[in-house]
Amino acid sequence: MQIMVNGTTHEVDVEEDMPLLWVLRDELGITGPKYGCGIAQCGACTVHVDGVAVRSCQLAAGDVDGEVTTIEGLGTPDALHAVQEAWIEHQVAQCGYCQSGQIMAAASFLETNPEPTDDDIDRAMSANLCRCGTYPRIREAVRSAATKLMEA
Amino acid sequence: MGRIRTIARRTFLIGSATIVGGVAFGYYMYQRPSANPLLTDLGEGEAAITPYVKIDADGITLITPRADKGQGAYSIQAALIAEELDVELDQVNVDPGPPSPAYYNTALSEEGAPFMSTDEGFMAESIRAVMDVPMKFLGMQVTGGSTTVPDGYEKLRIAGAVARETLKSAAASKLGIDPDQLKTANATVIAPDGTELSYVELAPLAAAIDPVTNISLRDPKQWRMLCRPMQRIDIVPKSTGALKYGIDYEVDGMVHATVKLNPRQGGAINGFDASAAEKMRGVKAIVPITGGVGVVADNTWRAIQAANAIEFDWGEAPYPAEMDGHWQTLSESFIEDRLESRQRDDGDVETALQGADVIEAEYRVPYLAHAPLEPISAIVKVTDTRVDIWTGTQIPRFTQNSVAAMTGLDAEAVHIHVLMMGGSFGHRLEDEVVKQTVEIAMAMKGTPVKVTYSREEDFAHDFPRQIAMARGRGAARDGQVDSYDLSIAMPSVIASQMGRQNFSVPGPDSQIVAGAWDQPFAIPNYRTTGYRAPELAPISSWRSVGASSNGFFHDCFLDELVHAAGADPLEERIRLCWHEPSRKVLEAVGEMSGWGSDLGPNRGRGVAFCMSFGVSCAEVIEVTNTDAGIKIDKVYVAAEVGKVMDPVNFDNLVKGGVVFGLGHAMNCQITYSDGMAEQTNYHDYEGMRLYQCPQIEVRGLENGSKIRGIGEPPVPPAAPALANAIFAATGQRIRELPLNKHIDFV
Repeated sequence: MQIMVNGTTHEVDVEEDMPLLWVLRDELGITGPKYGCGIAQCGACTVHVDGVAVRSCQLAAGDVDGEVTTIEGLGTPDALHAVQEAWIEHQVAQCGYCQSGQIMAAASFLETNPEPTDDDIDRAMSANLCRCGTYPRIREAVRSAATKLMEA
Repeated sequence: MGRIRTIARRTFLIGSATIVGGVAFGYYMYQRPSANPLLTDLGEGEAAITPYVKIDADGITLITPRADKGQGAYSIQAALIAEELDVELDQVNVDPGPPSPAYYNTALSEEGAPFMSTDEGFMAESIRAVMDVPMKFLGMQVTGGSTTVPDGYEKLRIAGAVARETLKSAAASKLGIDPDQLKTANATVIAPDGTELSYVELAPLAAAIDPVTNISLRDPKQWRMLCRPMQRIDIVPKSTGALKYGIDYEVDGMVHATVKLNPRQGGAINGFDASAAEKMRGVKAIVPITGGVGVVADNTWRAIQAANAIEFDWGEAPYPAEMDGHWQTLSESFIEDRLESRQRDDGDVETALQGADVIEAEYRVPYLAHAPLEPISAIVKVTDTRVDIWTGTQIPRFTQNSVAAMTGLDAEAVHIHVLMMGGSFGHRLEDEVVKQTVEIAMAMKGTPVKVTYSREEDFAHDFPRQIAMARGRGAARDGQVDSYDLSIAMPSVIASQMGRQNFSVPGPDSQIVAGAWDQPFAIPNYRTTGYRAPELAPISSWRSVGASSNGFFHDCFLDELVHAAGADPLEERIRLCWHEPSRKVLEAVGEMSGWGSDLGPNRGRGVAFCMSFGVSCAEVIEVTNTDAGIKIDKVYVAAEVGKVMDPVNFDNLVKGGVVFGLGHAMNCQITYSDGMAEQTNYHDYEGMRLYQCPQIEVRGLENGSKIRGIGEPPVPPAAPALANAIFAATGQRIRELPLNKHIDFV
């Protein structure tokens, strides 16, 4: 089957029910999306399909019906996305393992809700787990990214 | 030895390493340093100036031997070297280095010494120093016990200074001028006439001369990097998905694998039927290993699917199958035969309690999983002559020796490449995954095998935090806490953990009472007793170890007595505290939180204090008792660390420690049924999610005389501060964790 990731079309020979996460990681070597739980509880595997955040551990390869964007495709060290800029400015990461998913969730959330209240942020970002406890900085970074995006 | 000496002289290692080893310890038998491990793999034109600095044509590499599992260890270690070496962090590479006795952790053993952290008298310091000696013998290159900064604070700056002065000496010879006329900046030696010589071009010259060991460290007032906000070296890669963790790593020709082990930890495997699994797509091999099987495939998901298709006949658990049995064992351990230590026995508790209005209480805390978000993994390649291991580990030297024994090779033939870790909290002080991967790789010599645990397997084999129970008796008199008697029973974490390394630690296990016996309070009649329960489920160090349970026991029971005395919880703790830096910590949280002000209806605040790893830490928590349950509004934290080396990372680690402590206290437990952990994934072991996270205000104090690490100390006061706040808001005294067994949270 064919799958488009970060602007490149790949031909992959995998089972229809292999989760997109493992196609990305083990077949295509794209390791920004992380394996954390495999059951949509932690959000570390979050990617965008046509701009919308999805849990790649729960999306079967055969059901991917749009262009996939991973953290690698969101921005790069030389051309950061506003959410990544905010994450760096606030030095959010500790171990950093959940942060690819947090950033992808935040980027998608701010697309749909560009002027979120603090409660909106709490609700949206609670779907992603951080075991190091970087939540206070995640809140600050999402607020700051929202401001950046509004100004842009 | 001859070879090492020759190479060492040529690359001027011995002298600088002598400084690093000798000055720090000064024991006559130990003046000879451990061999510099960077020498064996040095190429032409490379110089290893100390075990911590290596310079070659590609640039400067700083060796940061304490592992980074998210706490920012690489950044702070690199900054300690760079401060004296006069390089910027974007000019250097950072490498965790090979396993070597040169990188043993001297600060770790200090916490094992039977003295309170507040005791800096001659005897305590002498015994702590002696404890370094066996640590050096054992070559414990261990990351843990919040010791990275205390251990590296002087060592790494000395390493930077020795390297800088030696490079200056090389430049002075080349230019024919006095070294004192030279300056250094940006990895360059600068002459008075403006001539600049880069460290890289000076390295071969520096390698040919004796190192300059007559150095003095700069006054902290001159520091340009330390104690200022710095950008962590990994923050950009971690924000762009570029950073490769152990689980992301790939080696040419690698196959993917997973393991399935008896979920009754340590139980036997009586048999298995893999006939269905063998036929599944991509499956390459099914390899019996100790306690289970390894499944090798061409993709991690296929390996996990196949492992789940195997039918097993598992043996019984070597511990009680149900929780009742675990609690009963603890309950029966408060007996003379099991007495482990009574390191505090002030006044006369028994006499004081006679005729007094005695408060009695029993406290319990459950097993807890570490569950870092990155499931554990390892890549191993075994050949007839060497083993290569790529993994995230805090104990590379132990692993090296274990693997040498497994394969029959010398330890020098076992090469460990330490990779970045997606969290640990103590999980990566275990190396079972490496041993399992070695077993599989030995059956497939020449092929690199990568084992990735499924999340479910990770939960089933986490080696959780100890289960523990405490019994308190005490009384108030004339409005003050007068007598306090706390007994704690738990199995020995150290015995269980070190037992898996075939290592036995002599003497009482100090962790059974850590965070309880060593608190700086002057209660007239004050006793703490530790009882070592028999081994139950296998357990391991969990962020803050003994203090994670004992901080809850000690402070909550103190709170009960303060309330019985009718005293103010903060004022009475301050009155009882004899240690000035600790008292200042309590006063600081009082001031930060506006202690004593009216909070309004249905609200309450609690305070808790725990000194652990030498850090006095106090927390005040404010809660609201809503119709739907308890809401944590605010947390104020003050901690005494001697010096805040990186204010941003300090703030992040303290807040993270509070979230970690609160999340588990509210929501988490590991329970066993039929011998198996009942919690299998994050749906029933959430920790804290963002919506429950309170506002957290942090203050670092610098009144103490020693530099301390902050990774663990914010954890122990979190649970008791919350329980005490719930009592203040509701009148309900909860003596068992997790708190959500007794009260709802919103």
